[in-house]
Amino acid sequence: MSHPASTSRYFVPEPSPWPLVGSIALLLLASGAVLMMNSIANGGFVLIGGFAVLAIMLFGWFGRVIGESEGQRYNLQVDRSFRLAMAWFIFSEVMFFVAFFGALFYIRVVAIPDLASPEQAALWEGFRNVWPSAGPAAKDPFTQMHAWGIPAINTLLLLSSGVTVTWAHWGLVANKRQQLIIGLMLTILLGALFLTLQVYEYREAYSHLNLKMTTGVYGSTFFMLTGFHGFHVTLGVTMLTVILVRAMKGHFTAERHFAFEGVAWYWHFVDVVWLGLFVVIYWL
Amino acid sequence: MQATSHAGYAGNHDHDSHGHPTGWKRWVTTTNHKDIGTMYLWFSFAMFLVGGAMSLILRAELFAPGLQYVSPEFYNQMLTLHALIMVFGAIMPAFVGFANWMIPMMIGASDMAFARMNNWSFWLLPPAAILLSASIFVPGGAPGTGWTLYPPLSIQMGMGMDMAIFAVHILGMSSIMGSINIVTTILNLRTPGMTLMKMPLFCWTWLVTAFLLIASMPILAGAVTMLLTDRHFGTSFFSAAGGGDPVLFQHIFWFFGHPEVYIIALPAFGVVSHVIPAFSRKPLFGYASMVYAIAAIGLISFFVWAHHMYVTGIPLTGQLYFMYATMLIAVPTGVKVFNWVTTMWRGSLSFETPMLFALGFLVLFTIGGLTGLVLAMTAVDIQLQDTYYVVAHFHYVMVAGALFSAYAGLYFWLPKWTGHMYNEGLGKLHFWLSMIFFNIAFFPQHFLGLAGMPRRIPDYAQQFADFNVISSIGAFGFGFSQLLVLVVVIQAVKGGAKAPSRPWDGAHGLEWTVPSPAPYHTFEDPPVFNQAEAHG
Repeated sequence: MSHPASTSRYFVPEPSPWPLVGSIALLLLASGAVLMMNSIANGGFVLIGGFAVLAIMLFGWFGRVIGESEGQRYNLQVDRSFRLAMAWFIFSEVMFFVAFFGALFYIRVVAIPDLASPEQAALWEGFRNVWPSAGPAAKDPFTQMHAWGIPAINTLLLLSSGVTVTWAHWGLVANKRQQLIIGLMLTILLGALFLTLQVYEYREAYSHLNLKMTTGVYGSTFFMLTGFHGFHVTLGVTMLTVILVRAMKGHFTAERHFAFEGVAWYWHFVDVVWLGLFVVIYWL
Repeated sequence: MQATSHAGYAGNHDHDSHGHPTGWKRWVTTTNHKDIGTMYLWFSFAMFLVGGAMSLILRAELFAPGLQYVSPEFYNQMLTLHALIMVFGAIMPAFVGFANWMIPMMIGASDMAFARMNNWSFWLLPPAAILLSASIFVPGGAPGTGWTLYPPLSIQMGMGMDMAIFAVHILGMSSIMGSINIVTTILNLRTPGMTLMKMPLFCWTWLVTAFLLIASMPILAGAVTMLLTDRHFGTSFFSAAGGGDPVLFQHIFWFFGHPEVYIIALPAFGVVSHVIPAFSRKPLFGYASMVYAIAAIGLISFFVWAHHMYVTGIPLTGQLYFMYATMLIAVPTGVKVFNWVTTMWRGSLSFETPMLFALGFLVLFTIGGLTGLVLAMTAVDIQLQDTYYVVAHFHYVMVAGALFSAYAGLYFWLPKWTGHMYNEGLGKLHFWLSMIFFNIAFFPQHFLGLAGMPRRIPDYAQQFADFNVISSIGAFGFGFSQLLVLVVVIQAVKGGAKAPSRPWDGAHGLEWTVPSPAPYHTFEDPPVFNQAEAHG
């Protein structure tokens, strides 16, 4: 592989305090969470302090990267590095969801049938192999979350947002700033709508369906998978908002706009995970 | 300092070493792969001493039957922290330290692809180490589950378990960021002309290792997250009463845990693949087959996890599949051992310290690999599960495999790092003491396991006493011999004979074309890569 002449010198950033600030933030976050979960006083303050330091670090670090990018310091080699890194980061996120999808698969295919097998009859009498299940010791009845209500609407919302973000991208490469900004706004709106509906769905689950995190494995897998997905949608919306602000400030060119593409990739990843969730959590 | 760095970047493309912070600020804010590599190596050595001290507590307790020094609970906490610290705090950071130092130099880059993120990968380690070690002092103590953190025990532990869980999360972030950095560096920053199949093998092993880390660390993060919600938020992933299954944790854990074994072993293979050709004064035999073997080991490692779980009641077909799949890994591993031996065949051998450690690795790792094959057999493993045979097996792989290889790499590249030759006599003494005491410590454990001594228990029956005495003597000997390496390194850092740019006449690669010590930024421009320095 040969590099064009413009990439013959490497980009190495100057010393930076942000990594250490980020580590302090994570130490505070972890300590605060440990203290809170074990009901020890002031854990919440430590946690909030951690979030504050993390926010400072994110603003400082990303601000600096944006400054370097807009200051034309990144050559094509750096651009390729960013692309590779984002792709591998999304792969690591996929593997994170694989752990939870795998748990759901194992519970439905192995654990529940096994608990309902004749060998276990002495232990769990009368337990039947049906899904959804809250396990053999469950007492409270609960109602399943149905696919063709809010979840179906949410699927439509996210799929549409995939279209709008692509439309925004077309606007960017065609130098149509207006289309870019409107497309991003629509995408953010659809994402925010999705989150609002999900909050509504959770409230429904807790208040009317008696479906909670504590509702056996069904509740565990339902809230863990949809919850982590919702967290990722929140991250995606946040990143899209940053991109929108940057687009309005006149950042990005038709040729060089990795930040936009990275966030768009991430958004599509969130979309695809949702499709998996819709099928295995809500539908089947 | 913030002001100076901001002032410096407006349109200024130069990044020479002038105007860099000095003192502690240099290390905290650095974006230099050599500084970061050095911090990784010192951190890992410090953790190695801490984890080693914990193992000596275990061996002191096991010197005689009965309970002497510590309570069974504390014993379990020590063995858990020993494992977690050695795996995540000592061995993995050691090889990341090598990767940081060597990969940019080997591929002709000026630094890692993401120099700031590189520094964060390192600085995430101290918070995790703080969480892990502070867990000893909280109510309920450190986790006492063993490094596998199996529920239901891990769900019943005190808040020390939460600290360990968050430590694992932070370590996972560090590993994933470090790995993304390494993959990107290797794929995007190679000097023109260095195709993937001409790349030094150490880079190949790290490419596959980084893939394994990116694929498996999130799985571990998911597993401990489920533990956390089971502990505090009432979920039932690992509770049969709620329809979950404790065995589910074992599946997820080992889906991470087995690739983890190769995450530790592959960079060790990479180091040895540099040291043996250098001291045989011959090119590595079968470069291409080495690359394919690395890739095959990496791939197969994802499909063998349940060989850790033969006694959990998995179906017979499952046992058979995992037995055969596990044995399959012996094929690419055998290819590697064959190639190392063949590289030495009719070579012009010399036996400096790096070569001694590489040969120690070769012999002892092969023993560890063969006992692994024994354990792969379901029928045998059902007898040997959780006995000292398993302990002996993985210490032959982890200590005589990974650690010996790390020492081989340390002595091999120390002249390049410090600019000084190390004390060869002390190095050789370090090797021979390590080699002898390691075998005194761990070889008898095979017999103990075969005779039925269970692991993770502070007391044992009278008939196991003799071999335990021998093993404890070996462990203490081994532990104190490791202080020698500290002396050797400090001597080499402070002074000694000036090292030429290529202190080993048989060594090839771009890293030997630059002066010793290597300049702060090794390559400002991509170097010319010719066949003489090529590996493939």
